[in-house]
Amino acid sequence: MSRYEVLARNIRRHVLRMTNRSKAAHVGSSLSVADVLAVLYGGILRVDPARPEWPERDRFILSKGHGCAGLYAALAERGFFPVAVLETFYQDGSPLVGHITHGGVPGVEVSTGSLGHGLSIACGMALVGKRDRRSYRVFAVLSDGECDEGSIWEAALFAPHHGLDNLVVIVDYNKIQSLGTVKEVLDLEPLAAKWGAFGWTAVEIDGHDLAEIEIVLSRVPLEPGRPTCVVAHTVKGKGVDFMEDRLLWHYRSPSDEDLGRALAGLGDNE
Amino acid sequence: MRGAFFQALLEAAEADPRVHLIVGDLGFGVVEPFASRFPDRFLNVGVAEQNMTGVAAGMALSDKIVFTYSIANFPTLRCLEQIRNDVCYHRANVKVVAVGGGFAYGSLGASHHATEDLAIMRALPGMTVVVPGDPVETRLLTHAVAEHAGPCYLRLGRAGEPAVHTGLAEARIGRAIIVRPGRDLALISTGGMLETVVRVAEKLGAAGAQARVLSMHTLKPLDVDAVLAAAVETRAVLTVEEHSVIGGLGSAVAEVLAERPDVKVPFRRLGLSSAFASQAGSQAFLRDGAGLSETGILASVHRLLEAAGSRA
Repeated sequence: MSRYEVLARNIRRHVLRMTNRSKAAHVGSSLSVADVLAVLYGGILRVDPARPEWPERDRFILSKGHGCAGLYAALAERGFFPVAVLETFYQDGSPLVGHITHGGVPGVEVSTGSLGHGLSIACGMALVGKRDRRSYRVFAVLSDGECDEGSIWEAALFAPHHGLDNLVVIVDYNKIQSLGTVKEVLDLEPLAAKWGAFGWTAVEIDGHDLAEIEIVLSRVPLEPGRPTCVVAHTVKGKGVDFMEDRLLWHYRSPSDEDLGRALAGLGDNE
Repeated sequence: MRGAFFQALLEAAEADPRVHLIVGDLGFGVVEPFASRFPDRFLNVGVAEQNMTGVAAGMALSDKIVFTYSIANFPTLRCLEQIRNDVCYHRANVKVVAVGGGFAYGSLGASHHATEDLAIMRALPGMTVVVPGDPVETRLLTHAVAEHAGPCYLRLGRAGEPAVHTGLAEARIGRAIIVRPGRDLALISTGGMLETVVRVAEKLGAAGAQARVLSMHTLKPLDVDAVLAAAVETRAVLTVEEHSVIGGLGSAVAEVLAERPDVKVPFRRLGLSSAFASQAGSQAFLRDGAGLSETGILASVHRLLEAAGSRA
């Protein structure tokens, strides 16, 4: 098993336990992004858990803040805070809030939760990076439903105009949003072509193919002078057969029985 | 006030390399000196206030001091959630600046009347709300806002208001300025009403009633001591604002007085009713219609003093 496979599986195991324990929603959204997070935190991001505020660190923004269980798990696995803290997720008094939240959680750059905010913040960080000739990159993960927000397209116009080739967007394109499929609710196709038309270098990948994710993300910027958009085709609930591609798991939290089945399906221990 | 703001912003930018200016494609004829003096610290994001505010937050979280600038409600209401979540929740060092507070853009219509902005900005956690009364206060408070760590809203009037103050050397965030002493009543003004309020006080003075005039240039944090002193040391309090009576200066003062049952002072809020001004009209015309002209304010004062007299 590659380190990415191990990390992705551990993230999924944590996510299942966290959402089971807390009765929290959005398990499907954390599972669809788990492989992208594993490659980012397992190798791509230049971050140092011992120095979470290191000025030259790469910035990561989870603009789809409801996928927070996955990111908290990735940060804990990467060593930003003890894995045991994950047990407090969503509980009274915990710093691990149900949409990604920065206060008191090392490694979380910004809080999100309302969709359509993260990309503009990422643009501001990337702009400072370019103007001040800093070496850090900025990565932002968006959901597909989030691309309904007009503010995303304001930011999508902005980044190429300012040549922000230190900025990478990854769209977790799991094809299911809150009340139905993306195609039913508000079709985004052709999604990669839209980003391309806005001036991004846009590519489509299998967002669960760890090798493919790594190849693309290790080559950014794909073109000098242009921001990169990676449309990652994913499956909501990926990794748990009875959750995959089912809207229900945007909302339902796994019961104890669900958890047992899901963990068994994922394979053994971390 | 607009000219005083840009002059002070240039000075602040000279003094501190972290100071940046982002505009939402507005500011023709006024942003150019900053843009040419500091091209790497100026940004026009286009007609995109949500992105403007999010970008500002991202820059502020990268150790910059970022002023966002537009007119009327565009830098506030259009991107309110970005201000709440991205700026205030992160305590980002973003200074939201609106030109055209109240009816400054009168004839441009209700879309351009910033008449609820103070209430809304005041409600946001961590937001400091600054409303200078004249160009002198604007210059001093622009510097204060630049030096203040954390989110601020700076609500300006228009261009070309006369200076009310002569020789004012200091204006501190959260400290009201006593523009005129007096013990017969207190007129508490915020923003560009100050000039008119001072004229009202002069008229009252000529008629034998000495009105204390407070320029309450900071709505949040409110200068509670100055409010209570006015309530205790004078016989009536009138607040005057070019803003809805809901949630602005009058509300803030009322909140202080209502929680002090030991302080019994006749009190009235003068401001805009919760309605849209749907006719074309200059700032003076629209103010007059709302009772915010010199005559209108005097009438409110007389009604208040009559009530105070009958109570006494």
